[in-house]
Amino acid sequence: MSDFLTVSVLLATLASGIRLATPFLLAALGETIGQRSGVLNLGVEGVMLLGAYGAYYATLRTDSILFGILVSLIVGGVMGIVYGVVTLALKAEQGISGIGIFIFGLGLSDLLFQKQVGTPTPIDGLGDVAVPLLGDLPWVGEVIFHQNVLVYVAFLLVPVLWFVINRTPFGLNVRAVGETPEAADSLGVSVDRTRYITIFVGNAMAGLAGGALALELGIFQQNLTNGHGFIAIALVYFGAWRPSGVMAGAMVFGLVSATVLQWKTLGIVVGTTASIVGMFPAVLTILVLVLVSRRTGQPSALTRPFERGH
Amino acid sequence: MGRRGWLVGLLAFALAMAACAEEEDAGRSADDPIRIAMVGPSASNDLAFTQSMVDSLDRLGEDYNIEVDVTDGTFVIEDAAVAIRGYAEDGFDIVLAHGSQFGGSLSEIAPDFPDTVFAWGTSRDTFGLTNVYSYSVQSDEGGFINGTIAAHMTESGTIGVVGPIEVGDIKLYIDGFVAGVKSVDPSITVNVNYIDSFSDVALAAEAAQAHVEAGADVMTGVSQMVVGATGVAREHGVLWFGSQTDQVPLGEEIVVASQIYRWDFQLSQIVEDLLNDEVSGRVITADFSNGGLTMAYNPGLPLADDVQAAADAVEAGLKDGSLSTGVE
Amino acid sequence: MLVVLGANPLTGYAALLDGAFGGAKNLANSALKAMPLLLVGVGITIAFRAGVINIGGEGQIIAGAILSTLFVLGFPDVPRFVLLPLTFLVGALGGAIWGGMAGVLKSYARVNEILSTIMLNIIAVQILNLLLRGPLMDPGEIEKGSRIPHTERLSGNADLPILPGGTRLHLGVLIAVLMAVACYFLLFRTTQGLRLRAVGHNPFASRYAGMSVKRNVVLAFMYSGAMCGMAGVTLVFGSEGHRLATDGGATTFTGAAGFNGIVAALFGGLHPLWTIPASFLFGALLVGANAMQRAVQVPAALILALNGLVVVFVVGSMYARARLARAASESSDQDGESDSRSPVRSADPEPRNPP
Repeated sequence: MSDFLTVSVLLATLASGIRLATPFLLAALGETIGQRSGVLNLGVEGVMLLGAYGAYYATLRTDSILFGILVSLIVGGVMGIVYGVVTLALKAEQGISGIGIFIFGLGLSDLLFQKQVGTPTPIDGLGDVAVPLLGDLPWVGEVIFHQNVLVYVAFLLVPVLWFVINRTPFGLNVRAVGETPEAADSLGVSVDRTRYITIFVGNAMAGLAGGALALELGIFQQNLTNGHGFIAIALVYFGAWRPSGVMAGAMVFGLVSATVLQWKTLGIVVGTTASIVGMFPAVLTILVLVLVSRRTGQPSALTRPFERGH
Repeated sequence: MGRRGWLVGLLAFALAMAACAEEEDAGRSADDPIRIAMVGPSASNDLAFTQSMVDSLDRLGEDYNIEVDVTDGTFVIEDAAVAIRGYAEDGFDIVLAHGSQFGGSLSEIAPDFPDTVFAWGTSRDTFGLTNVYSYSVQSDEGGFINGTIAAHMTESGTIGVVGPIEVGDIKLYIDGFVAGVKSVDPSITVNVNYIDSFSDVALAAEAAQAHVEAGADVMTGVSQMVVGATGVAREHGVLWFGSQTDQVPLGEEIVVASQIYRWDFQLSQIVEDLLNDEVSGRVITADFSNGGLTMAYNPGLPLADDVQAAADAVEAGLKDGSLSTGVE
Repeated sequence: MLVVLGANPLTGYAALLDGAFGGAKNLANSALKAMPLLLVGVGITIAFRAGVINIGGEGQIIAGAILSTLFVLGFPDVPRFVLLPLTFLVGALGGAIWGGMAGVLKSYARVNEILSTIMLNIIAVQILNLLLRGPLMDPGEIEKGSRIPHTERLSGNADLPILPGGTRLHLGVLIAVLMAVACYFLLFRTTQGLRLRAVGHNPFASRYAGMSVKRNVVLAFMYSGAMCGMAGVTLVFGSEGHRLATDGGATTFTGAAGFNGIVAALFGGLHPLWTIPASFLFGALLVGANAMQRAVQVPAALILALNGLVVVFVVGSMYARARLARAASESSDQDGESDSRSPVRSADPEPRNPP
């Protein structure tokens, strides 16, 4: 059992970490957009579950993975509109209504699965795609650049999102609305419209994150996401509301989980020690939250409903 | 107001349905069939533990005049306890607490209903009560057979096991599997990974992935979370061995063989005891020699003749007692 | 007028519920299911009134259950009338510690309490698994080799006594109701309660009035956690098995009471007394859901989905109600209990620095 530090095991752990990080990353990037515009969405977990079920069921029925991905995006987007109406038009407290969305998604995805599918029926999940040229690299290419297409999408979204937020007029609006909605409003930026767009996009990405999970696994089950959504929210704080920081956080999480699994597989940690290792991500999150709390970067208007004339 | 009205409507709808449910629980007359109730922790079509009992009750129904009522998905232990007590109060003849985690509750409930027959498992403990049967399986035997076949089929010399929690029949199966592999070739590496969950599909998948990356070309696993692991196995063309129910539906091209729990073996004895008025709490253990355990092979993936012969020889040896798995 | 929404549907359902669960047995089961929801709901109410959001019910239930179990394992022979109250106190302490951690993290490290409580939930579940599969496992299980992850049957002196009447109702139900009343007095009839509500209502004004927002936030979390911890006590010592058990999953022990309690609290309009009927309703719904699943194959998950909708709609309607209430009080200039305005607002221990 001394081979846990060999290059091949390390590369395998890295690849596994990247794969595990993907759903976290997609969901956390979506949450980042929303929070930059001042909206906290705690319902990510529920939206992920609905997106996961949507992708699974659509693929099961049509044998088209592409359609499955599309459905997960649509399901997420619809949930985004619902959440938008609740938090923007009805100005509901964001924390609790998010929890409501979570419970709703948890229940509905299970309900639909039991009524429409029942027995766990596998689907053909996303196959791995090799990146041209990079995929041919010895060692690294084989492990890192042979992933499913949503992995690439997730990591490509990091620079895209950075560009949108920091270099486009829309991104400027998002930041303005997230920091000083009153000022943005007086300059003629529609606070609500901007937030509707960010919530819509953010939830669609959460749906996609769930879809990525279901299609990677080729199966759906009650509570498939098992806390992914909540950790994704914590990653936004971890990453200090910057796409690159969020990516770093997702990678840390993915790598820690992958390492734990490798160690368990190779018999390095056994028995009850596994529980100690199992609480590690949560402890890490709290520690990180304590550390980053001193940093600036939180959108000033986060969780604050905007009401004209206040 | 409209929103609230809708909400009221929804809740009223749910309550009305619950009301209908209540009304169906009427009493019964003496001529009715034997009423058997089952409380299971996961979905009755989970292709694993709970389904193995539902399938067994179906088979039992071919031989006896029985009426079956199932409450599944009671993973909350106290919900299961309420259901168990409820069935006993409703006058069911036999109440099955299908899950070792329900034993703690059953030991407190059973004494309150001396005229009801309870059975629970997997376990080997009747709490000293005469109305409690306890059923268990020598799942190490099927594990040993699966392990024997697996050892013949691995080319990489590495085999992966995805387990849930190290408990009862699951530990027995996995220990038997490892022993079976080692009996053929002690140099084969068997990596065992207990993921600490019966239901976390994503974790099961990643554990399977870790096995693949460690070089495994054959895997096995137990409990309802294996659907995650079999997905990975299919993707990588890794052979799979099942337990509890026939797991061919999880992958026709990879599932080689499954050990099947035939709980009807124990159930029929309990029903016979009841019919003959000879109820006496005891432990009933299924194994290959008494037919409570059987193997199912995937017809779409036939074994090589010599491998099939080796498996059959092990099964015969276990049956006549000339072979032991060496697992406690 | 505190619970416009909480009250109306409840009276409407009283008759319906009666018809649905007419039998004493079903009513008792509903009440038993409601018991932890009520304790959690009351705890959640205290936190929300103080302007903090406690999603950590699950973890606090587990913390209370673990600590009280340890206590009874350590002192099994203490007479019942001494042991039972002490067990509840110890359980409350366990929950208060676990909840207090989120409070300290919020007040002194500015960690968002929603995130910290969710993480504390995960940690508590893992500690529970660790203990039940290690040092707390029933020695009999180890001997037999079956290794079921539960404790031994706990001392009979700590059993919650069954109430007369031929049902399964036990003392825990009475204690839950009693605690709801006690919390009503705490919140609305004591200066401590006034401070908690003031902090929740307007942290800035409270600070100018000389109150320590930080300390009150921690206190709110501790009260809240204590209630959840007591829910944990009722779940262990009122259970059929009279022991702490799990199968490794997050909700096998709690039955998701930590989340469902939030629903009950919101439905009760965040008022301790209204939470009593609200939790009973949800307890009945949950019990009914299982019966429904059995009879007509409608998965019990339906109730979960409905619960989610309830939360969304109740929270969604708060703003509208607040506006109505404000309009009403402005027009009549008569202000009774005007905090029908959304009490759920974030108390920020420190004013935010503009970047």
